[in-house]
Amino acid sequence: MRQFLRVAWVVMRKDLTVEMRSREIVYTTVFFAASCVLVFAFALVREGRPLEDAAAGILWISIAFAGTLGLGRTFERERHTETLRALMLAPSDRPAIYVGKLLGILALMAIVEAVLVPMIGLLFHAPVLARPLWLVALLGLGTLGFASVGTLFAAMLVRARSRDVLLPVLLYPITIPVIIAGVRGTAALFQATPDEPMARFWAALLVFFDVVFVTLSLWTFEPLMTE
Amino acid sequence: MAFDFERLVVEDVSRHFGRRRALNRVSLTCGAGTILGLLGPNGAGKSTLLAILSTLLAPTSGRVRYGEHEARTAGARLRARLGLLGHDLYLYPELTARENLTFFARLYGLDRPHERVERALAHASLSDRGADQVSGFSRGMRQRLALERALLHGPRLLLLDEPFTGLDDASGHALLARLRGLRDEGAIIIVATHDLDLAEGLLDQVAVLREGRLLSVPSSSGSLRERYRETVAAAQAAQDRGPR
Repeated sequence: MRQFLRVAWVVMRKDLTVEMRSREIVYTTVFFAASCVLVFAFALVREGRPLEDAAAGILWISIAFAGTLGLGRTFERERHTETLRALMLAPSDRPAIYVGKLLGILALMAIVEAVLVPMIGLLFHAPVLARPLWLVALLGLGTLGFASVGTLFAAMLVRARSRDVLLPVLLYPITIPVIIAGVRGTAALFQATPDEPMARFWAALLVFFDVVFVTLSLWTFEPLMTE
Repeated sequence: MAFDFERLVVEDVSRHFGRRRALNRVSLTCGAGTILGLLGPNGAGKSTLLAILSTLLAPTSGRVRYGEHEARTAGARLRARLGLLGHDLYLYPELTARENLTFFARLYGLDRPHERVERALAHASLSDRGADQVSGFSRGMRQRLALERALLHGPRLLLLDEPFTGLDDASGHALLARLRGLRDEGAIIIVATHDLDLAEGLLDQVAVLREGRLLSVPSSSGSLRERYRETVAAAQAAQDRGPR
């Protein structure tokens, strides 16, 4: 177990170091996600009054779009240098490589969300600070569910010619339950009087999805990555 | 007890990519302290065979035995004894030479990683460039660094795909000396190369692949280039005659 965690940590640290050098993924995903929110704000906010319940949906759509972009770029980097093969050659459990990549993507998505949440609060008048811990929990759980499947698919498609098209086509239908649970839970928190029991229900559902998705991904990563 | 093996045995290995047959019933054996040259024209199946030997690719049929073990059962313990220098160099251009080697040393769980990394940089004649990003390196410098990456964990089986690419004369000869040293230490080395001049005198065994098939190489006393040409020409002539 110690070796598993060590390898996951080493891979995550490497991914973050590479990203800190290039800043390519952070800049593009943050810019893309912020642009999404801005476009939706122009469309759905009239005379300073946003469409009811739109904020949660816009937040999760932007997270999903930005996450897909980040996933694609992260693995494109490994494909370009063929370094994914070097990772697969490491004498460790291959799921540890998966966990390392997943942690790196979660860190990048956390940065995107740290920018998006205040924007949503500002442009859609969403009470993002009403129940901050619940909001963080919902975002964390939803992002884990989305990124766990996304990391698996992005790694699997790394050698596919039409990977840029295939990734969202495969990813969105499977992660729709996660996005719906995230949207409903966040919408419950963004009400004038936050509905905490409802948020708790959706958070519990997200925990269930996370357990299923992470377990399946860990289980299938090695066979799927053996060519 | 540490995982080890004295012999690599390839038995009737075939590999198909869809309808294309990249390898067709290839069999060969290579013992410890041997350098095997894998020769053949482009697209002959050399890189596919190296990918199978490195466990990155599973054969469609046939099997590869590493001593008493097979890739499917030995898994991570076997990978700890394999070193691969592919045509792509498996280096992160955004990281420095030192960071690249340190990353792989940690990934392999090596003890005293800093000491090993500094030694590897010295072997690659890159000690003074250790803090530079690999993106600024020439192909030859990257090649030397990639070789050290592949050797960092002291592999028993070393698989090299075109290792002389981009190397200047001095670096090429330094690599030859390094490979001879590793052979003397008992490594099994398989080199896929087109550089027959540099490979001449290095190889203990020669295997020629053509269209996925292993050809029999004449044991004449000619140069490596002559023997290779003779082998490929004989195969071409047999193909031109067609099946009888």
